[in-house]
Amino acid sequence: MTTTLPAYDEVVARYEPVIGLETHVELGTNTKMFCGCPTDFGGEPNTRVCPVCLGLPGSLPVANKAAIEATIRIGLALNCSIATWCRFARKNYFYPDMPKNFQISQYDEPLCVDGYLDVEVNGETVRIGIERVHLEEDTGKTLHVGGATGRIHGATESLVDYNRAGIPLVEIVTKPIPGTGALAPEVARAYVTELRDVLRSLGVSDVRMEEGSLRCDVNTSLNLPGEEWGTRTETKNVNSLRSVERAVRSEMLRQAAVLDAGGRITQETRHFHEDTGDTTPGRSKETATDYRYFPEPDLVPLAPDPAWVAELKAALPELPRLHRRRLQEAWGLSDLDMQSVLNAGAVELIEATVAAGATPAAARKWWLGELSRRANETGVELADIGATPAQVAELQGLVDAGKLNDKLARTVLEGVVAGEGSPTEIMTNRKLEVVSDTGALTAAVDEAIAANPAIADKVRSGKVAAAGALVGAVMKTTRGQADAQTVRTLILDRLGVQA
Amino acid sequence: MTDVTAMTATQIAGLVATGAASAVEVTQAHLDRIAAVDGRVNAFLHVDTEGALAAARDVDARRAAGEELGPLAGVPVAVKDVLTTKGVPTTVGSKILEGWRPPYDSTIVQRLRAAGTVMLGKTNMDEFAMGSSTEYSAYGPSRNPWDTDRIPGGSGGGSAAALAAYEAPLAIGSDTGGSIRQPGAVTGTVGAKPTYGGTSRYGLVAFSSSLDTPGPCARTVLDAALLHAAIGGHDPRDSTSIPAPVPDVVAAAKLGATGDLSGVRLGIVTEFGGEGAEPGVTAAFNEAVDTLTKLGAEIVEISCPHFRYALPAYYLIAPSECSSNLARFDGVRFGLRTGDDGNRSLEEVMSLTREAGFGPEVKRRIMLGTYALSSGYYDAYYGQAQKVRTLITRDFTAAFERVDALISPTTPFVAFPLGARTSDPYQMYLADLFTIPSNLYGGPGISVPCGLSEGLPVGLQVMAPTLADDRMYRVAAALESAVGTLTPPTM
Repeated sequence: MTTTLPAYDEVVARYEPVIGLETHVELGTNTKMFCGCPTDFGGEPNTRVCPVCLGLPGSLPVANKAAIEATIRIGLALNCSIATWCRFARKNYFYPDMPKNFQISQYDEPLCVDGYLDVEVNGETVRIGIERVHLEEDTGKTLHVGGATGRIHGATESLVDYNRAGIPLVEIVTKPIPGTGALAPEVARAYVTELRDVLRSLGVSDVRMEEGSLRCDVNTSLNLPGEEWGTRTETKNVNSLRSVERAVRSEMLRQAAVLDAGGRITQETRHFHEDTGDTTPGRSKETATDYRYFPEPDLVPLAPDPAWVAELKAALPELPRLHRRRLQEAWGLSDLDMQSVLNAGAVELIEATVAAGATPAAARKWWLGELSRRANETGVELADIGATPAQVAELQGLVDAGKLNDKLARTVLEGVVAGEGSPTEIMTNRKLEVVSDTGALTAAVDEAIAANPAIADKVRSGKVAAAGALVGAVMKTTRGQADAQTVRTLILDRLGVQA
Repeated sequence: MTDVTAMTATQIAGLVATGAASAVEVTQAHLDRIAAVDGRVNAFLHVDTEGALAAARDVDARRAAGEELGPLAGVPVAVKDVLTTKGVPTTVGSKILEGWRPPYDSTIVQRLRAAGTVMLGKTNMDEFAMGSSTEYSAYGPSRNPWDTDRIPGGSGGGSAAALAAYEAPLAIGSDTGGSIRQPGAVTGTVGAKPTYGGTSRYGLVAFSSSLDTPGPCARTVLDAALLHAAIGGHDPRDSTSIPAPVPDVVAAAKLGATGDLSGVRLGIVTEFGGEGAEPGVTAAFNEAVDTLTKLGAEIVEISCPHFRYALPAYYLIAPSECSSNLARFDGVRFGLRTGDDGNRSLEEVMSLTREAGFGPEVKRRIMLGTYALSSGYYDAYYGQAQKVRTLITRDFTAAFERVDALISPTTPFVAFPLGARTSDPYQMYLADLFTIPSNLYGGPGISVPCGLSEGLPVGLQVMAPTLADDRMYRVAAALESAVGTLTPPTM
């Protein structure tokens, strides 16, 4: 389908978007939600399973207390009310990646309700309402082989891996977010970013979108100003922060095109495609979405002791927003500078780099400069660029010690990103260390003076600026490994001129 | 030595403990008995000859090594095929699990092994424990040793028939609406449903999770109490298991056996009167009431107004839970798979598997439950039934403020002829009219023989408050001391 999409500016001038986000977070508990199987990522298929998470006849679930605790902490961090009594519910539908053909989830009695999360977009605070935070079990993973689409229909074989089945999964649902106008895509991204930071600060998940431990569905609708909210679509397969922003934008454009043409939006699930940046209709729910929820009779109700909840609340870590404010002060940054750090997703990276010994200014320079540039070029998250805060601090240490100059340091950093090893190893292996041996430098200086007598005379006669050419010649013979300032001093000294 | 198969579990344990008989001899005698009569009874779906003899040898070896043995060591036990047994076929009476050998033992079976009992094999049952006659077993009905043209009750008819045919002195059943007590009543044996949560459901293939309760079956009240004590108690793998000690049911059975019930108040439920039970059953029950009075019990009539809604509430709650519990039987991971010819879709194969693997009663209940949980109907059916359940619980609570226990006939009719009720599901459902209320409430109930009607056994049910299982054993043992155990005609 090659409909011409309207321009984004025109779309937001005509329509008002309403967005909503559903985020699934795999908790980093040691064991699964209802059995003792380990949860670590990447095992051989079907090796982290037992009668319970395979749903064998007769097996029974026992709720993981650590997962309940983590969910309550998430709820508290998101300013939710914590239920004093709630239940798990069965969500019934047939699908082969779900061993019992029902998912143990929560329905009308979630563990946490009615909270909010403040996020900052362009220096403005936007309060995102949180509808609910509930706990459920993850499904297995299905791989459909032999079909054109990778979906179950048309596949010749379906392979199922139940290692993921039963991993505790927290679902965080926002209230509808109206009124963000042209900023809707950025608000969506800012929310997921902030949520990810909150979850990371709580230590409840490794929140890695590419491994699926943080998964996001984006709801989008458009309406004319003053009219009722439009029909929404739910976009799935949104697997990076950048994609969250792109998915909202893409869906706004697509819906505007449909509405402009006098069409109607179908309430449906759509799939986001990283490569093209657009969405296509997903499989329609085959069983008409009657999940026949009912309270899970194999589990007893949850009744978190209010005193325990109060303890958890008191022990919450400093939340990212407050933490950032503190860092901004400590680093001496203006609001604008802090904003660029935030936009680059570099707060924790800079913090860790400083913790590893670099000055805030140096850490910021590397992460916002060279590394951000490379991240943008290659389209990866800054955190996944391949350089760690410790390596960046080590690199800066070599600069500070005079072993690398700025240009060499950038070359070394390239090696770090390429996975060649630590900065020191790369510097040594690639022989990039600054030539600080003045004996060798003096020889190179003498050679340059001898080779350029006219320029040398100019310098001697007081035209100090002409020394630049001699410095350049020395740098050339030393393949850039000399410190330019040292070379300059040596040349002037040799020619008997005061700097 | 008299035939060990005629002995109680208590007697057999005594023989093994003193060395008068080895566990292997006891086990072999029962295996021989099974070989001789089970062709006519069809109590067993699977006889684990080698496993049983190995377990018996182990008991003998431990005794020879001077180890202290438990009170049931060396006693053979038959296990309803609803409980998983590691490496031993577990079918739940259904074609859909034919040939499945579970990779794990249920908690009950683990505890039976730990107690030194010897598992003879797995007993027949109505498919997925849905039925009152074993006629819904996919492997043919069991027959009542009192009259092999009649049903042995259900769903646990296999376990009850095995006891009445002297194929085993002890058996395990599971009771969702009466599946231990009603077979006990119609075979002249003892069957107890413990307090819900008093025995672990881990490894019990679920029919209705909020009702299913595994429990003991025996030929005497004391034997049932010993078995109850061996299998009961908290299990961390079952979230609904109660973290409380098992009441001292053995002591209560021994106390009852003295025949003294003075100071005990028993209630007769008004709503169970009227046209509920057939005349012979009512007569035997009334005679038992007289006996209990003579033993010193005070009898009062008590109204439980919501009991009349128990049957309809049960037939919404149990099918609703079953429709979800049985969803996992889809041919993907275990058990039967039908129609997977490489051309059919997953959905078609799932559908064909369930079509071929489930029998008519199971399908009926899955459809009932699916309907009752559907959006738009949930409140009117499942939701309403849960409210009724609460009201029935209140009836029990109120009754137990006035009496120590409630008594009733266990089931409205004696063993009926095979085929007499299969054409009308409602007539079959009526078999559980008196047993279902205590399942909805969660309290314990026991059936103990109280006499004969037209030459067939009649059972009396004692229902007690939750976690007061000991009370029902006391009353049942007292009645047993006066009436005596019922001995079926020799086969």
